[in-house]
Amino acid sequence: MASAYLELIRIRFLMMLAYRVNYYSGILIYTLSIGVYYFTWQAIYGGQGTIAGFTADQMTTYIAVSWMARAFYFNNLDREIANEIRDGSVAIQFIRPYNYIVVKMMQGFGEGLFRLLLFMAPGMVIACLLFPVQLPREPKLWLVFAFMLFMSFLINSQLNIITGLTAFFVENNEGMIRMKRVVVDLFSGVIVPISFFPGWLMLLNQWLPFQAITYLPSSVFTGRIEDSQILTVVGIQLLWFVILIIPIVIMWRAARQRLFVQGG
Amino acid sequence: MYYIGLIGEYLKNYMKTRLTYRADFWVEVVSDLLFQATNLIFIFIVFMHTPTLAGWTRDEMVFVYGYFMIPYGIFSCFFNLWSFSERYIVKGEMDRILTRPAYNLFQILLENVDPPALIGSVVGALIMGICWTQLGLDFGLVELLVLLLLLAGSVLIYFGIYAALTSISFYSDAPTGILPLIWNIQIYGRYPLTIYNRFIQVLLTWILPFAFVGVIPASYFMTGKGMTQLALLTPIIGLLFLAIGLTMWNVGVKRYRGAGS
Repeated sequence: MASAYLELIRIRFLMMLAYRVNYYSGILIYTLSIGVYYFTWQAIYGGQGTIAGFTADQMTTYIAVSWMARAFYFNNLDREIANEIRDGSVAIQFIRPYNYIVVKMMQGFGEGLFRLLLFMAPGMVIACLLFPVQLPREPKLWLVFAFMLFMSFLINSQLNIITGLTAFFVENNEGMIRMKRVVVDLFSGVIVPISFFPGWLMLLNQWLPFQAITYLPSSVFTGRIEDSQILTVVGIQLLWFVILIIPIVIMWRAARQRLFVQGG
Repeated sequence: MYYIGLIGEYLKNYMKTRLTYRADFWVEVVSDLLFQATNLIFIFIVFMHTPTLAGWTRDEMVFVYGYFMIPYGIFSCFFNLWSFSERYIVKGEMDRILTRPAYNLFQILLENVDPPALIGSVVGALIMGICWTQLGLDFGLVELLVLLLLLAGSVLIYFGIYAALTSISFYSDAPTGILPLIWNIQIYGRYPLTIYNRFIQVLLTWILPFAFVGVIPASYFMTGKGMTQLALLTPIIGLLFLAIGLTMWNVGVKRYRGAGS
């Protein structure tokens, strides 16, 4: 059984590899996004030493790392699932002897591996050449970051799966998909680090899963979290991973009762 | 006159197809605005931590953003050609267009109109209006006429640049990914030019003049930005880039050979 799932990862990876040209411009686009925020933050810092716990150098690193992390964890599982539900091909998935949600997760991971090797890694090199990014020297931070990045992928994919599964319950969930995308970008801290948010929003964010996607791993990697706190931060990610399994299971069970495929 | 009649017919057609899926219309409007909102939220959050950005206050920056939203909305409504290469070149739909008497680009643009995007323009105008009073700027007939002239110039710049880029499909049928790339460069045009290094400043002013769809024309209405004369160049740059775009397009169309099937 496990080998079937591994095969899914491999196939998706190879499929992505066939379309790799599409991602070359993606690297440049992410670099452009990093650039505009880099210049803006430089102007904001001007003379100021620290704002909301970030120095100007930390901010540069934070932006570069966060955008390139997004290059890795981002995927279209939400739209894929919604499309399969709408065109009815999900019915075939129901009768196959594997778990559809796990299959989607594996396909997402295949895509993630591709994005890691051909999108995030070269993108990070370009970003480091263009902007004064300071990566940490301690191997321990790299290891922790790698693990946290994997957790980011899991949590982001879980949110995508939840959004995709809503297609079982509403006729058109395109609006929800787009809205989720904006919310994730804003509240995960890619656009602005969460410590810059006004107090009430920061408080609200502590009770939401989005910070676990970008803000926490990038904060650890830029060295803004003390060693003693790192375990807590990883714990928050693990906790959200477990919590988010619950709505997926509930939705999947309910969906099986409701599924109604037209035509065929 | 003939062309105005055509616009009416195409819009009528659009309404008929769209009214069947009313919910989609609002979904598109709301998600467009949400996307714009994140950029505004960025500006608001930033200015909670700093009084000015390169000498610009929050209201001035939001003013620029409001200005930018107007030509951008008009452009997105009438220039929705993101899948031009697949649809018209690869599938050969260009054949159908070329057998008709009206100007080909005109037909293609009207076939793909996307009126929900205009709501972004309306919201931009509102944002600009609010900042206009907040900043206590003068507003009279002269300002209104200049504003309309600058907006027209900005729209033409968008059209020119994207007509030129889209026409690349006539010369090469490989997907280049250049359209989304350039789309991302335009983001730079919404912030004060002085925050960038010299290279990007020159690029945004003279090569891909996205500074002329945002910060430069908007600064005409504010005092002490030192770009008044540059701002008045907007319509001229607009006409220039429109000419470049249309020339590239017209030369490109001649190379079109149709898709065999």
